[in-house]
Amino acid sequence: MPAVRRRPAAVGATSLSIALAALALAGCADKAEDDAKGAVEVTATDSKCEVSKKEFAAGHVSFAVHNKGSKVTEVYVYGAGDRIVTERENIGPGTRATINAEVKAGDYEIACKPGMKGDGIRQKVSVTGKGAPKKTDPRLNKAVADYRTYTQSQADETIPVTQRFADAVKAGDVNKARSLYALSRIGWERTEPVAESFGDIDPKVDVREDGLEKGQDWTGWHRLEKSLWQAKKISADDKKLADTLMTDLKDWQKRVGKAEITPTSMANGAKELLDEVATGKVTGEEERYSHTDLVDFNANVEGAKKAYELLEPVASENNKALTATLDREFADIEKELAKYRKGDAYVSYDTVGKDKRKELSDAVNALAEPLSKLAAAVVVK
Amino acid sequence: MSDTADTEQRGEAPVDEADGAPRRRVSRRSLLGWTGAGVALGAGAVGGGVAVASLPEQRSQPSSGGEIAFYGPHQAGISTPVQDRLHFAAFDVTTDSRDELIGVLKEWTAAAAAMTAGRDVGEGAVGGLAEAPPDDTGEALGLPPSRLTLTIGFGPTLFEKDGKDRFGLAKRRPEALVELPAFPGDKLDPARSGGDICVQACADDPQVAVHAIRNLARIGFGKVAVRWSQLGFGKTSSTTPDAQTPRNLMGFKDGTHNVAGTDTAALDKHVWAAPGDGQDWMTGGSYLVARRIRMHIETWDRTPLKEQEDIFGRDKGEGAPVGKRKERDEPNLKAMLPTAHVRLAHPDSNGGAMILRRGYSFTDGTDGLGRLEAGLFFLAYQRDVRKGFVPVQKRLAANDALNEYIQHVGSAVFACPPGVRKSGEWWGQALFGDKR
Repeated sequence: MPAVRRRPAAVGATSLSIALAALALAGCADKAEDDAKGAVEVTATDSKCEVSKKEFAAGHVSFAVHNKGSKVTEVYVYGAGDRIVTERENIGPGTRATINAEVKAGDYEIACKPGMKGDGIRQKVSVTGKGAPKKTDPRLNKAVADYRTYTQSQADETIPVTQRFADAVKAGDVNKARSLYALSRIGWERTEPVAESFGDIDPKVDVREDGLEKGQDWTGWHRLEKSLWQAKKISADDKKLADTLMTDLKDWQKRVGKAEITPTSMANGAKELLDEVATGKVTGEEERYSHTDLVDFNANVEGAKKAYELLEPVASENNKALTATLDREFADIEKELAKYRKGDAYVSYDTVGKDKRKELSDAVNALAEPLSKLAAAVVVK
Repeated sequence: MSDTADTEQRGEAPVDEADGAPRRRVSRRSLLGWTGAGVALGAGAVGGGVAVASLPEQRSQPSSGGEIAFYGPHQAGISTPVQDRLHFAAFDVTTDSRDELIGVLKEWTAAAAAMTAGRDVGEGAVGGLAEAPPDDTGEALGLPPSRLTLTIGFGPTLFEKDGKDRFGLAKRRPEALVELPAFPGDKLDPARSGGDICVQACADDPQVAVHAIRNLARIGFGKVAVRWSQLGFGKTSSTTPDAQTPRNLMGFKDGTHNVAGTDTAALDKHVWAAPGDGQDWMTGGSYLVARRIRMHIETWDRTPLKEQEDIFGRDKGEGAPVGKRKERDEPNLKAMLPTAHVRLAHPDSNGGAMILRRGYSFTDGTDGLGRLEAGLFFLAYQRDVRKGFVPVQKRLAANDALNEYIQHVGSAVFACPPGVRKSGEWWGQALFGDKR
């Protein structure tokens, strides 16, 4: 009778077939002649992108690119959801390049981008061999691709506004820098889990003073925040740090397209944005000097909602009750946030009392708990 | 309704005598309710006369791993034997939807039935989908039921708040569910008072009690939010008169003359709401008063022994009333000071009023002034608050010599419905008007 808690029978075996992109990248672009034999030839022109074979074996694959067009081109190999497996830029007219990559079984697209812009001219290819291709749902691949576009656009939009912020810092203009500070962070805050997946960028641009490791130099937004609001003046170091911030953010902009994104990582990324709100914003710790926490809060919610909306069509098929709850809770938290809207920004968080913070916290819990169940509703079975 | 069946069902696990411990020996473990290895103290340490027939409540694990039946005419956690640990939570209902609230109560009931039986919530803590968080939070994996009881109550604000009938329940509010009057000396913190719903989790293992509240809070997110909660580390009363009366943080046995869980006549008279008392949905239920009572233990500890004993009206070692030899000797109230705690709280001073006490000691860290944030989390069940706690507390608040050493800092009152009788029924079903 006094039963020891039973261990439930393993239910999850089949569900482990996650839609993890079925490939691992070991892109090394410069070993030109090593594996020329058996290479997949890619012939790029201004209007075509021809491949010598559309089906090849998994493992080490060389792509021998020949640009026969009149424009500089670039070639990308995309996995499901437009994840970049490997790429080579700046292939001049009439020149050749070889791109090597470890490619796992699955479906891919090779894109030539004459003029180095746009989505490119695409060719579908399939890679066979070890391990059957993972089952994918084209709608989810589309969701991942759209989300990837979103994260790229957020990075792209962040650069110019942060540049204005950096310029104000470098000009020693405290007031102007203050007015641009929170604005410059919105794109980052909307897509933070993706940016954080690189590991090395976040500690450079978004670390708080108490998050520093021993020996780590404090760089990034929050150090400038402290100067602007606490010291109320801009030092020579701060001006250099403004440039460092731009360098690091441009690195992010360049790499964000390579992030490993899957439907479940999108769903859990949305939940992580709410975790950010719960641990950093609701408490007022994130923007402890500027008190612009509600701007970040709103950006986190917007980013979570974007991921949710892209997954919603599939999720609602699998769990209608969940998406109904999420629709309602997103609306609720937006309503809650709207109470603090002031012009095109938000009231200073130090004016939000304990009772009100509790209300915001309750709204975050109300949304984050069902959001933590979204991943289960987009797992490809 | 049959109390007999109830008592049988909820009977305690038989005493394990394998350790051969002499019954007269009082262990530190059983004194303090700790579940660690018992350190035997000399019997003289507590006056020597604590001869008790059995000590079922002071068993450490695993013999306290038993299961208390969740289903029955009354909710478990009231007249059932008092466990060692408490986690009590008061919730605000945040949804405006009656259906959503009912949904939470149904989910809670299913989770409570599982957890009190020592099972995981939902599909469990492990073995589920790798990409999704498990249904159960997992910290109770491998632990026995630990006599976990979960007891729900509904506060006045569930029925009506700021003049608004929030869920169509206003006309079902029992008259006995009164807002408590302000008592002299109260210093109530609104953030530690009130609540639309409460859940009392009692268990012999604190981890099991906390696990229960945590999982219920998680299920409730978006519909209910924790308003305040309280941990209790040691029981201060017992509903099993054969067991030794536990001590409070002042070092005294207080609550000797409690309603016994086996005394069906007293329970019917003083604890369970009866047909005709008011709202029918409360028949078989009980009204709970919760008070967070801070004790100024540092000043208390500087008080001479004689004064301490006079304040309580008992001797400290045995717990005997003034002028008597044994704890359970009939007290001579007139021999005590007019301001003595026992005298003022005794039924004879209160027109026979009795309440079933089920409180716990707490120590919530320190108060920033170098003192323990300690006290008694007082819990009392009764048939009618107006005839139970209110008159007794009026008397105590006005006269009790103990008031110099205590302060009431939190307060709440709840209507605890009757028990869930069988699987498929849910907490509050009769209140919300569903046919049972």
